[in-house]
Amino acid sequence: MSKIIRDGAIVEDDWAVLSADDTLSLPSCQDAPRLIVPLKVWQLRREEFLARDGELGLLLQTDDEPAPIGDDVSLFNLIAIHFAKFTDGRGYSLARLLRERHRYTNELRATGDVLQDQLFYLKRSGFNAFAIRTDKNIEAALKSLSDFSESYQGAWDQPLPLFKRRHFSTAA
Amino acid sequence: MYRYDHYDQTLVNERVTQFRDQTRRFLAGELTEDEFRPLRLQNGLYIQRHAPMLRVAIPYGMLSSKQLRMLAHIARKYDKGYAHFTTRQNIQYNWPRLEDTPDILADLASVEMHAIQTSGNCVRNITSDHFAGVAEDEIVDPRPYCEVLRQWSTFHPEFAYLPRKFKIAVCGSKEDRAATAVHDIGVYLRRDDSGAVVLDVLVGGGLGRTPIVGHVIKTALPWPHMMSYLEAALRVYNRYGRRDNLYKARIKILVKALTPQKFAAEVEAEWQHIKDGPATLTKEELARVTQHFTDPEYENLGAVDAGYYRHLSEDKAFATWVKRSAHRHRAPGYTSVTLSLKPLGVAPGDLTDEQMDQVAGWADEFSFGELRVSHEQNLILADVKQSELFALWQKAKAAGLATPNIGLISNIVCCPGGDFCSLANAKSLPIAESIQRRFENLDYQHDIGELDLNISGCMNSCGHHHVGHIGILGVDKNGSEWYQISIGGHSGRALDETGRTRPTALGDVIGPSFAAADVPDVIERLVHTYLESRFEDERFVDTVDRLGIEPFKTNVYHRQPHAKELAHV
Repeated sequence: MSKIIRDGAIVEDDWAVLSADDTLSLPSCQDAPRLIVPLKVWQLRREEFLARDGELGLLLQTDDEPAPIGDDVSLFNLIAIHFAKFTDGRGYSLARLLRERHRYTNELRATGDVLQDQLFYLKRSGFNAFAIRTDKNIEAALKSLSDFSESYQGAWDQPLPLFKRRHFSTAA
Repeated sequence: MYRYDHYDQTLVNERVTQFRDQTRRFLAGELTEDEFRPLRLQNGLYIQRHAPMLRVAIPYGMLSSKQLRMLAHIARKYDKGYAHFTTRQNIQYNWPRLEDTPDILADLASVEMHAIQTSGNCVRNITSDHFAGVAEDEIVDPRPYCEVLRQWSTFHPEFAYLPRKFKIAVCGSKEDRAATAVHDIGVYLRRDDSGAVVLDVLVGGGLGRTPIVGHVIKTALPWPHMMSYLEAALRVYNRYGRRDNLYKARIKILVKALTPQKFAAEVEAEWQHIKDGPATLTKEELARVTQHFTDPEYENLGAVDAGYYRHLSEDKAFATWVKRSAHRHRAPGYTSVTLSLKPLGVAPGDLTDEQMDQVAGWADEFSFGELRVSHEQNLILADVKQSELFALWQKAKAAGLATPNIGLISNIVCCPGGDFCSLANAKSLPIAESIQRRFENLDYQHDIGELDLNISGCMNSCGHHHVGHIGILGVDKNGSEWYQISIGGHSGRALDETGRTRPTALGDVIGPSFAAADVPDVIERLVHTYLESRFEDERFVDTVDRLGIEPFKTNVYHRQPHAKELAHV
């Protein structure tokens, strides 16, 4: 099993990812108690997944629209957003929409080209889990979750912008 | 001006620490060039022709004397004793070493400065009016709004990897001195009928390969919604702007593809979800920031200083300088002064460390310790007493910073071009110099009157050539450098003498491009055409407006008088 960062700690990744080939038979719940399903496969075989035991995850690409998923977000124990390139900023907006508009509260994981120097912004945008690219140092990456001790703007991790907190602070 | 509190200071300090580690990892081979590139760019660091180039932010152009001294120190210690002020109120160093940049950033942080987001595909330094707070025609002081936006955009987690760079300008006066309409987002601040501050928001303006004047997508937005509205606009752009083609990735292309109406509707829909949310600006915060921009302690002076008027009548050179360089100030007895960074023989916008120290001294002595950088690449002392203008002039003259050419043809706006910049197709600095030499005679320049001449060394248009009354663009044709010339551009929303506003306009290309050696002749023919046909006090750009480009074109391409003839009008 590979390691990921979840909620600020390095842990074993206990999720399996289903191939995007939608004709495959589903793995048994014993083989894959936690299964991440690509959006397209989910849309085609939704009822099958719902009938299955075990935990479900959803795999999104950065350009997927969150609106059609709608209330289904509550069915997932994990949503992964896949970054084909770390410079693809769409995943950040998608994360915020899932968290702030669709009220998704379970694990939100960044996968793909996920690197140390983007973690702070990813965390602020709503991700709480990071599958760091396997050729990179995950311990070093972990430190970058706290690159900054404060932030000016509100986001998922701290909805109040600094200016709404600054006035209550005696130190300001 | 705005002073950091411990939050602001902590953030820039932590940025230095972060970048020091990133640089270390890059040099140790732990980060590839592709991985390091956006990180260094978001700290203003480019890899250029000769060395890295470091671009330091001067937020909305405001600078203290202490900060300028630090900029001088950096030029001395880490560079070759000079730096270049840019068209976006930033300053660039052309010769730092990559290894030194964390130390440079630490030095900057010690005077409340940084290079954060001065490059890269993120929200860049917010620019504004260099006469903010002192201009007679000001409706709303834009600086508190700029500072609020600076903080909002700094390390914005959602918008650090936009499809492309994103430039915001804010204007709060009748005349637009910030080229607001040619920004990705332009904000015009004004007051509604009740006196409350509201924003008109333009989107999708820009120069570059596809020059477009921005479209108004929102009028009379109440100020508390500034950030939530911009957040909605940025989110629409971040999600739907093109990422497949570098040249089609700016917001203007998205706005054009969707149509401004559709884009506005998308933003409106997004905004409805976040409107009145936590990003809503509060009175307390606006007041907290605004108190940093209160008036300095102006003395109660008469509107007329006798000594000043005596010098004006006795010293023609002083009077000429005042006419070009002193600007009306709303406090009686005070003026704002532009120090020209465009003397002959110096790259436009360049200043040596020694000159920086001198200017810092004058800021302390004459202007409450503050100064501004203009997008025309000059420095401004905003609050000088009329009675001290003569003393300032003598010092500025001795330091080579009193060329009386503000607003004239030799006050050229110019990018560093092919001599320094790796993006450039052609050199721009030698072109600027050849034109300055051709028009060296100041009486001649004054006779020509107001004329903005802007030069860019490539399509990226850092020299804002599209909005120059005369614009020159360097192009590459089969490996050699050529120059395309346009006329009739205008960056303002300026009021002319009759009170008529002239909207921002992009210049029209007059025809096929020219070799470098021919450019001064061509400019002279354009000017000559104007001088022959100008009506009363009309400016060059007004004549172009009235006659169209044809007579200018004809004179340039179809009349072949000897250049020598023209050189002595």
